[in-house]
Amino acid sequence: MEKKIEYTTIELMACAASRVLEDKKSVLVGTGLPIIAGALAQKTHAPNLFIVFEAGGMGTRIPMLPISVGDSRTFYKALMANSMDYVMSTAQLGYMDYSFLGAAQIDMYGNVNTTVIGLHEKPKVRLPGSGGANDAGSLCWRTIILMQQDTRRFVERVDFITTPGYLSGPGAREKAGLPAGTGPYRVITQLGIMGFDEKTKRMMLLSVHPGMTVDQVKASTGFELIVPDKVSVTKPPTEKELEVLRTEIDPAGIVLRRR
Amino acid sequence: MDILEEGEGELLAWHDPDEHRRWVLENKPRSLKDKQMNLKEAITKFVHDGDYIAMGGFGHVRVSMAAIYEIVRQKKRNLAMAGKTAVHDFDILVASGCVNKVEVAYCFGHELRGLSPASRRVFENGKVEVAAEISNAGFQWRFKAAAMGLPSIPTRVMLGTDTLKYSSAKVVKDPFNGKPICLLPACYPDVVFIHVHRCDKYGNSQIDGIIIEDFELARAARRLIITTEEIVDGEKIRNEPWKTMIPFYLVDAVVKVPYGSHPGNMPYLYYSDEEHMAEWLKLSKTDEGVKQYLEKYVYGIETFEEYLHLIGGENKLRYLRRLEQLKAPLKAPWAEG
Repeated sequence: MEKKIEYTTIELMACAASRVLEDKKSVLVGTGLPIIAGALAQKTHAPNLFIVFEAGGMGTRIPMLPISVGDSRTFYKALMANSMDYVMSTAQLGYMDYSFLGAAQIDMYGNVNTTVIGLHEKPKVRLPGSGGANDAGSLCWRTIILMQQDTRRFVERVDFITTPGYLSGPGAREKAGLPAGTGPYRVITQLGIMGFDEKTKRMMLLSVHPGMTVDQVKASTGFELIVPDKVSVTKPPTEKELEVLRTEIDPAGIVLRRR
Repeated sequence: MDILEEGEGELLAWHDPDEHRRWVLENKPRSLKDKQMNLKEAITKFVHDGDYIAMGGFGHVRVSMAAIYEIVRQKKRNLAMAGKTAVHDFDILVASGCVNKVEVAYCFGHELRGLSPASRRVFENGKVEVAAEISNAGFQWRFKAAAMGLPSIPTRVMLGTDTLKYSSAKVVKDPFNGKPICLLPACYPDVVFIHVHRCDKYGNSQIDGIIIEDFELARAARRLIITTEEIVDGEKIRNEPWKTMIPFYLVDAVVKVPYGSHPGNMPYLYYSDEEHMAEWLKLSKTDEGVKQYLEKYVYGIETFEEYLHLIGGENKLRYLRRLEQLKAPLKAPWAEG
């Protein structure tokens, strides 16, 4: 009998995101859950993960969760402390394998909104805007999106395309002039993990988290999600992962224990 | 050249490079001159109502907050601001009625701390206008174009999105490969403030840690005010010239303000003051609270030393120095409530 390990949804999402990252690859991260996932990967299965921050930190050994996306933790024991021009140009050159985004809304092609809910001219809710998200989603090879899933967030049409997914479908990114062969790769939510169908570039369910069902995921999606015959179950966090998360990366519980 | 798409956002702080060169010729002396003054003088002299301003640093990191408080004290009005990930600086300037127009890469939020109650409320009341959208990389490339003395710069961001549609960028067919490319217009802010670790009295400045976009921003600026933790002898600069990030001829004023980035982080010196941020986030939920905060920390004081005493004095500063060195545990009350 396996011992039952207690964990929260946010810890599960951090572990799922961390496992997407491969050793000896590069990742552009912002703060919050993405940096937690990057730090976890670095401290577990991917010790040679090259972590890069948009404000100039490159090859950072993250001591603990940075609060600002450019604070001193983002270049702690880094290989280089440079500039945003340097980092973003490096991404434009093709050196950045992965990047992470958060999202207020997403559609089936992985287009992301973090700018406004409602009309731009008269928004219902004003959100912070692109930040570095548009840049990361335009220039990095594979983009991973971390967000909550429900029918208000997974929508037929996002109110505003802040960051490009596959835009209107296959070939649209290249047609718009975006770097070829780039785009969203995974969407990780509190319910499961989604990918994108190779041919149609539409969002496709890959796994549901322990205790969740395919029907729950479908009911929380406001567009037609591709559901393959076989959907796996996400592996739960290990004891080791949880220990690193709770004692090393976010001991104050700023992201992990926040309601 | 064929224009494939044009953003509808307002084009702010753009000049024709020849016009800007002429302005530089007439306004930026090349002589080594002692430029030390206090913040009151610097802001009276160089910040005018209606100016487009940009702050060095990023988010809560190495931002000249001392200058922000002085702008508020002097009641500057109708400023436009580069929201180049502008967080606490923007929030304070909007809440106090100084800024009423913004170009947004990232605003209205406090990063991990949540959304900004004050600036969002002002926005919802229609008292601050979002003139254009852009991305973080887009913003610093606007400064880079200006820093190179160009009208625009080609990039591969923002393409295909509403961020572009509401920006001041244009998409053209690249003459070399025939693919669409995004031209970002140069941005020459009227006034820029950059907080640095040390400089000499002429303005030759060193920055420790990441540069963010200050290398570009310093050259893009028309007027550049340096606030600094420390003023050093010119010989120190000459002994390690590879460390000079900002040379004297770009600088209009040098102001010594130790801890001038508080409540933000100054890399290698002090971490951000999350207890102070929590106080602001709590108070700024109401107009009354904003008034109370500004009265206590801005209008009610004369000097930055008084401010440092108010935020907790040497005990607090020692904690922030230790926190920066990872020798004290983080206290972040906003995460608890």
